[in-house]
Amino acid sequence: MPDLGDYGVYVLSAYGGAAVLLIGLVVQSVTRARRVRAELEEVERRHG
Amino acid sequence: MSLWEYANPKKFVATTTPVIPWVFGAALACLGLGLVWGFFFTPDDFRQGATVKIIYLHVPAAMMAINIWLMMLVTSLVWLVRRHHVSALAARAAAPIGIVMTLIALWTGAVWGQPMWGTWWAWDPRLTSFLILFLFYLGYAALWTAIEDPDTAADLTSVLCMVGSVFAVLSRYAANFWNQGLHQPATFSLDAETNIAPVFWYPALLCMAGFVLLFVALVLLRTQTEIRVRRMRALVARAART
Repeated sequence: MPDLGDYGVYVLSAYGGAAVLLIGLVVQSVTRARRVRAELEEVERRHG
Repeated sequence: MSLWEYANPKKFVATTTPVIPWVFGAALACLGLGLVWGFFFTPDDFRQGATVKIIYLHVPAAMMAINIWLMMLVTSLVWLVRRHHVSALAARAAAPIGIVMTLIALWTGAVWGQPMWGTWWAWDPRLTSFLILFLFYLGYAALWTAIEDPDTAADLTSVLCMVGSVFAVLSRYAANFWNQGLHQPATFSLDAETNIAPVFWYPALLCMAGFVLLFVALVLLRTQTEIRVRRMRALVARAART
């Protein structure tokens, strides 16, 4: 871990906040893609 | 082969499906390498100390926030002129990514501003135009969900996108236009004389490449999802009529 001096809390909260937002976006995109694909397959099976 | 062939939803999904994992992988590699390099192996700035490490997130996120809106403008214009559904759906798919990028830029800017400027926020031209861009993103996403007919929603959101483009451009050049406020003009430049030192520039370049690749992977995936949602609604509506 590099020595962040007096700025540790600022630098780490910048990285932490960005990580939460980016990981959240990727997880939401992938789970929604999977869910919609499964739902479409079901609809196509019934009505397609 | 013409670019317009990809306006066919089936062709778009078939072409992009094998590409997405590779682009995701390349994005992760660039981001991982760039952030580890920037965080662990670059020196502190002589004036800003360790806070300079925030540059590897702040600048790429801000760059993407502006450019995603401009991508939405192009795809919205394609929708208005050529009526290709994939184009309108790509703009819709990009908006949540733009919201996240704008949020990251605002958040990292605030936590960088507090130790350097002594304040989390100032009504500075660059910051204010970025906040307005963020509100435009939220309005754009809300408008898509508020209108039931997808073609009407695509028309109205395209018009909103054109109006918001003023703020996307403004947020890029605000510091140059007004030459006042706390935020400095662009940190990165292709001119070696004015650009930041190579020790910061190379990891930043990798991070910017990572953010661009991550956006490409996500927008392709989310556009596929929007295409499937549209097909699902069409099938259900057709079944309800018969």
